[in-house]
Amino acid sequence: MSDDAVKEFLIESAENLDRLDVDLVELERDPRNAERLASIFRTIHTIKGTCGFLAFSRLEAISHAGENLLSKMRDGSLLLNSDIATALLRMVDAIRHILTHIESTGTEPEGDDSEIIEVLSRLKDGLAAPAAPAPTAAAPAVPLETPALPPPFTAAAARAEADASPIADGGPVENRRSGDDRRSGEDRRTGAVSDTSLRIDVGILDKLMNLVGELVLARNQILQFTAAQTDTSLTGATQRLNLVTSELQEGVMKTRMQPIGNIWGKFPRIVRDLATQVGKQVELHMEGKDTDLDKTIIEAIKDPLTHIVRNSVDHGIEAPEVRLRAGKSAEGLIRLRAFHEGGQINIEISDDGAGIDPAKVRATAVRKGVVSSEVAARMTDHEVLSLIFQPGFSTAEQVTNLSGRGVGMDVVKTNIEKIGGQVDMQSTVGEGTTLRIKIPLTLAIIPALIVADAGGERYAIPQVNLLELVRLEGEQVTKGIEWVRDVSFFRLRGNLLPLVHLDRELELVEAAADASTLDAINIVVLKADDRQFGLVVDTINDTEEIVVKPLSKQLKCVSAFAGATIMGDGRVALILDVLGLAQRAHVVSDLKATGVTTGIDTSAHVDSAELQTLLLFRAGEHERMAIPLHSVARLEEFPATMIERSGDRPVVQYRGKILPLATLGSSDDARHEGPRHVIVFSARGRSIGLMVDQILDIVSDRIVVQHRLSRPGVLGSAVIQGRVTDLLDVTSILRSLDPEAAAA
Amino acid sequence: MTDLTHATPAPHASPRTGTTLQYSTFFVNGLYFGVEVLAVQEVIRYQQMTRIPLAPPVISGLINLRGQIVTAIDVRTRLGMDPRPDDQLPMNVVVRTDEGVTSLLVDEIGDVVEVQSAQFEPTPETVRGTARDLVDGIYKLDKRLLLVLNVSRTVHLGSVDPTIPNGGR
Repeated sequence: MSDDAVKEFLIESAENLDRLDVDLVELERDPRNAERLASIFRTIHTIKGTCGFLAFSRLEAISHAGENLLSKMRDGSLLLNSDIATALLRMVDAIRHILTHIESTGTEPEGDDSEIIEVLSRLKDGLAAPAAPAPTAAAPAVPLETPALPPPFTAAAARAEADASPIADGGPVENRRSGDDRRSGEDRRTGAVSDTSLRIDVGILDKLMNLVGELVLARNQILQFTAAQTDTSLTGATQRLNLVTSELQEGVMKTRMQPIGNIWGKFPRIVRDLATQVGKQVELHMEGKDTDLDKTIIEAIKDPLTHIVRNSVDHGIEAPEVRLRAGKSAEGLIRLRAFHEGGQINIEISDDGAGIDPAKVRATAVRKGVVSSEVAARMTDHEVLSLIFQPGFSTAEQVTNLSGRGVGMDVVKTNIEKIGGQVDMQSTVGEGTTLRIKIPLTLAIIPALIVADAGGERYAIPQVNLLELVRLEGEQVTKGIEWVRDVSFFRLRGNLLPLVHLDRELELVEAAADASTLDAINIVVLKADDRQFGLVVDTINDTEEIVVKPLSKQLKCVSAFAGATIMGDGRVALILDVLGLAQRAHVVSDLKATGVTTGIDTSAHVDSAELQTLLLFRAGEHERMAIPLHSVARLEEFPATMIERSGDRPVVQYRGKILPLATLGSSDDARHEGPRHVIVFSARGRSIGLMVDQILDIVSDRIVVQHRLSRPGVLGSAVIQGRVTDLLDVTSILRSLDPEAAAA
Repeated sequence: MTDLTHATPAPHASPRTGTTLQYSTFFVNGLYFGVEVLAVQEVIRYQQMTRIPLAPPVISGLINLRGQIVTAIDVRTRLGMDPRPDDQLPMNVVVRTDEGVTSLLVDEIGDVVEVQSAQFEPTPETVRGTARDLVDGIYKLDKRLLLVLNVSRTVHLGSVDPTIPNGGR
C-alpha cells in the first residue's frame, strides 16, 4: 500500500467531510431530501470502503456504524431529527480527528470510539438495545471490486449511487481523479463531466502567475516600441501578441479563482453548533456562492468572515423569546451575500438581530479611553459604529464567553485592509446589523492611473481609490484653490476637498513651483477610508494594468507607497498607498489622534449640522474665522491708547477689573492706531478678551465641519456663506491664557 | 547586461582554518572591499534607477533586474563616506540576503579573489564609525588590504540607524 494512496485518501476525505457538514445541516432543515441523504450516505460509504482497504480499522468501525444508521434513514424507516444530526456530526468530528492524526503520524490515534458507535447504533435501532458495532459485511467486499489505485472511491460511490438512485452510472474508474470530489453529488452523476478536472499544486499556479506578469510587462514594452513603427506586419504581430497576452492573463487568473462557497461551506455547521450552544434559532441564507475570488484573497478573508459570522450568531441574533417579544419570528436570519461590482468583490453579512446601540458603543468607547467623551458626543452614529474597529475596543463583558462583538474587530479590519479591502458597518437598533466588505478581485495585476510629479517621475494610483479627475485652467488655477494657512482646498460641487500636493508631500525639491505660475492644475480625487481628498499632480498620463510587486523590507517604513511596478519602458514606478499618503498629509487621521487634538473643546458644538449662530471675524492671517455666538459674552471696542501691558501680556481696564487680552497668531496690536475690536468671553466670573482685526458678520447657518486640522486653536473648517471659514477652538485659546477659567 | 561573476562556487570554510576562501571584490571611495562570493547573485553595470521619495538616504532607488524589483543601497552613504561624484556612475553588486535581493552600489568592480584564512585579521580598533560595524575584518593581501564587508548588516537598515532622518511618518 503506497503512501500516495493514503495521501490521496486524506485529501479526498477532507473535502468529503467538509461537504458532509453542509449536507447534514441542510438535511436537518429538510429531512425528506432524498438527494442529500444519498450524498451523505455515499460519502460515508466511500470513507468506510477506502479505510477498510487501507487497514484503518478504527475509522472503519466508526464509519460503518454511521453507515448503518444512514442506511436505515435512506430506507425511510428513520427520519433525521436533531439527536441523529448531532450524533452524525459528532461522528464527522471523530473521523476528522482520526484523519488529522493519520496525516501527521501515518497511523490511527490510540483510543476507541465505542461510545459514539453505541450512540449511533442505538439511534439506528430507534433508541433500543445497545448493540455492539459489527464491522463486518460490506467493508471487505469493496477492495475486491476495485483493485486499482487510486483508492476505490469512484467504484464505491458509483455502487452507492446505484443503490441510491436509478440514474447512476458506473463511469470509467481508472480515469477518475480525486479532483472531481469537489463536485457536489448531483454533478457527479453526470459522469463524463468529472473527467475534466484535475488537481494542481498552488505553487505552480503562482509561478505561472508571475510569468504572466513578466509577459504583460514585456508586452507593454513591445507595444511602446512598435507604436513608433510603420511596418504593418510588425504592428500586426504586436496586436496579436497583445490580444493573446491579455487572454492568457485572464485565463491564468481564472485558474487561481475559487468560488467563495469554498469558505462559506463550513458556515452552516458553525452557525448550527454555535446557535445550539447559546440556545438560539438561526437560519443561514447564502447568496452568490459561485462568486469567484483569487485564492490568496480567499485565504485572507477566511478568518475575518468566520469571526463576523460567529459574532452575528452570538450577539447579533437575540434569544428566541426576546425575538418573539420584539415581534420578530423566533428564528433569526443571517444572510451572506457576495457579488461582483465595479471590478471588486462585495461581501455582505447581515443579520436581523438586535443591532448595535450607538449609545452603548459611545459609552464603552469613552470608558475604555478609545476616544474622549467630548469627541464621542460630537460623532455621528455611523462614526461611532466605526469605533468598533478600533483596537482595544470591546463590548465583550456584557455578553458571553464566546466572542464579543468588537473583540478582534480591529483584527478583522486590519486583515481586510491588508489585501486592499474596506469594511463598513451599518446597524439599526432592533432591526439588525450589516457589514459590507469590499475587496479587490486579485492582488497581482490591478488597473492603475499613472501620474507624474514635477520631476517627471511616475507613480501609479490604484484605480480602486480613484473617484474622478479635475483639471483647472486659466484663472481657475489661482481662484479655484482656497488657502487656509498652509492647507489648501478645492470646492468640488459645494463640498470642501482638502488638497494634497504630491510634490510637497513626497518632499521633492522641485516642489518650489508657485501655483500661480502654472497654466493648469491637475487634481486626482481620491478616497481613503470614508474621506475624499484631492491629490495635485503635475501630469496625468493614462490608466494601465500594472503588476504589483512588493517593496523590500528596508522600505516598509515608507508609508506613502504600497509597492512598485515596472512600466512599459522598463523603468520602475512606485505605487502610491493612498491611505498612507492621506494619513501622512493628515487628511485622514485616526480617531485617537483627533481625540487628542480636539478633545479639549467643550464650548463649541460644531460638528453636527444643527442650526448655529456664529460670529465671523478677521484676525491676523486668519481671513475668516467663526465662533459660536453663545460662547461670546460681549463685543467691545477699545481705543488703542487704553491697552496697557501687564508682564508680557496686553491688558485693558474693563468694568473695574483687569481684562487680559489675547491675540491670534501674529495679529500684533502695535500695527494699529485705531480702536481695537475685542471679543469678551466669560467663564466662572473671569473674563478674557480676544483682540481681532475686524468683526465681519453674525450668521445663522447649518455648518458641517468638513476638514479637521490638527492645528492648535482651530477646530476645523466649514463652508459658511459660501466661503471657507476656520472654526476657532475657544477653549484652547482660553486655556492658553487662563487655565482656571477654561476649566469651567 | 554583462555578468561579471565567475560562477564557480567556493570551497567554503571558516576563516580560522587555513583554507582558501573566495571574495567578490569592489572599490568604494578608493578602498578595496570584498563580499563572500556565495552571497553575490550577479554583478551588473549601472542601471537606471527610480528614486524613492521619503526613503532613507542610503537607499538610492529601485532598479529593474529582469522583471524583479531590487532595492539599491549606496555603500558610500552606508559607510558614511562622501557621495560619489556626479559624473561617476555606480556599479551594482547584487546580493542575496535575508532582506531580499539587494543591490550594493559601488564605484568599481574588482576580480573574484582567493584568500587564505591565515591572512585574516580582525578590524583594527582604530577603524571607527559605521565602518566598524559593517566590516568583519581585513585580509592582508600582497599589494593591498581587503576589507570584508558584512552583507547582511550592510543591507539591514535598523530603526536605530542615524542615517535615517525622515524614514517613517
